[in-house]
Amino acid sequence: MADEPLILGIETSCDETGVGIVRGHTLLADALASSVDQHARFGGVVPEVASRAHLEAIVPTMQRALTEAGVTLADVDAIAVTAGPGLAGALLVGVAAAKGYAVAAEKPVYGVNHLAAHVAVDTLEHGPLPEPAVALLVSGGHSSLLLVDDLAHGVTPLGATIDDAAGEAFDKIARLLGLPFPGGPYIDREARAGDPAAIAFPRGLTAAKDLAAHRYDFSFSGLKTAVARWVEARQRAGEAVPVADVAASFQEAVCDVLVGKALDACRSNGVETLVIGGGVAANSRLRAMAELRAARYGIRVRVPRPGLCTDNGAMVAALGSHLVASGVAPSRLDLPADSAMPLTTVSV
Amino acid sequence: MRLGLLTVLVLVVDSSTPAVTAALVEVTADGVTSRAQRSTVDARAHGELLAPQVDGVLAEVGARPAELGAIVAGLGPGPFTGLRVGLVTAATMSQVLDIPAYGVCSLDGIGHPAAAGEPVLAASDARRREVYWAVYDGAGQRLVGPEVGAPSVAAERARELAVTVAVGDGAHRYADVLGLPLRAEPRYPDPHALAVLAAERIRAGAPGDPLTPLYLRRPDAVAATARKPVLP
Ligand SMILES: [Zn+2]
Repeated sequence: MADEPLILGIETSCDETGVGIVRGHTLLADALASSVDQHARFGGVVPEVASRAHLEAIVPTMQRALTEAGVTLADVDAIAVTAGPGLAGALLVGVAAAKGYAVAAEKPVYGVNHLAAHVAVDTLEHGPLPEPAVALLVSGGHSSLLLVDDLAHGVTPLGATIDDAAGEAFDKIARLLGLPFPGGPYIDREARAGDPAAIAFPRGLTAAKDLAAHRYDFSFSGLKTAVARWVEARQRAGEAVPVADVAASFQEAVCDVLVGKALDACRSNGVETLVIGGGVAANSRLRAMAELRAARYGIRVRVPRPGLCTDNGAMVAALGSHLVASGVAPSRLDLPADSAMPLTTVSV
Repeated sequence: MRLGLLTVLVLVVDSSTPAVTAALVEVTADGVTSRAQRSTVDARAHGELLAPQVDGVLAEVGARPAELGAIVAGLGPGPFTGLRVGLVTAATMSQVLDIPAYGVCSLDGIGHPAAAGEPVLAASDARRREVYWAVYDGAGQRLVGPEVGAPSVAAERARELAVTVAVGDGAHRYADVLGLPLRAEPRYPDPHALAVLAAERIRAGAPGDPLTPLYLRRPDAVAATARKPVLP
């Protein structure tokens, strides 16, 4: 154990400043500072507000992580940092911080892909990931389905949202129902008291004609409009809106599509492991539905605990650890932040 | 801490303008000496350029990072994204090396060295047809600013303060609006000048500053308004 590499991970792609420390597959520290409260009144993440918060948070968050793990930067073998995709200005703070730490402590730095890190974090809970695996990554910023054939060198994108991210749809429907931002946990809570079959909301890109061109893609914009129409029609008729039923039926429609397409991807690629990550993976219905349906096909579902599903530094450290163990070379010191980093790039 | 005859090796960084600068200086009891400097003018590559330049100046003088005794960082004002690169670099290096980091207004790095006996207007480009500006007296002390605004407003204030010359990249860009003679140098914050302005604190071993950027502008963001209905 003690001879496994000690890796530090830095995450700043959206509104969470995260610093994680791992040794091999063992999580030693996961410190987080969030600017989510500063964005609430805007109804979404404001990039400049997030960037300012990262600059203020990075040094104290690093200090907390080092204290929690009982190590110093001199003990660390390599520093990994999210280089993309994400908000350009926010990424830049983390990348510049990682370089500052790397130069001062004379350590190698790895600029890594945020989405691959969402996959890698599961190794901290469930051990090495069998390859190939299929990964479903769903959050406020991304909704992607990928084939993970070699996590150290490149993953294959299968599909992604063509409009809103899944988490964004949760935020918008929460707002429509008068629930706070971010909406995911509130919809989840309301839905527990509701009937998921109460209202038949549409399942985007699941009709035969859509499947031909968008088999593994998602669309949540039509669903969002359908829910808004349904709620407004009730309101105009002077009727009470059954919030729990709307939340449950909306959530059911989202999960139905996510799970259906993810399992289709597993079966058509002969894959027996499905990893789910991103903030929406914390949704209780998504986890339960995925496990229930996957069991029918003998597919194993791996979902990290909710605290590791949302953006954090531990996931970046976990991917860094995998890269070091796989013998991947570090990045150059002039590595750029790339807000549109493609999935085929795991490290730069 | 009294330094006596000791010499402090100081890293200076500034990323508040299109010039990305890293420099090493030596601060002694009676002076500040430049040892190495790398500066690249590229407004879009602050994040890529700064760390290799820090590495480069250290290599050039054959020093390890652990030999640094202090860091000086330009606090801006400047376009936010680039400005943060210098400040986060200074803050993180100061944390690792356990040495103080001192902040200096970046415009002082232009206006202070340019004010040779006469009052001067220092300006850098703030984009959106505005400048970041400040006015310095003949001894290089800042009288007004830093502020952000239209070049015409800066020109008017400069006239009121009997300014006779303008300096800095922003002054060159809006020379016609300012209507003042231009001084060619420094065009961008001069790292030697930034170190000189922090030298007293370095010699005294003063505690480091929180490196808070001089943003001068609020983030562009509007509070969420009422949702538009989807029904006609
Ligand atoms: Zn994420």
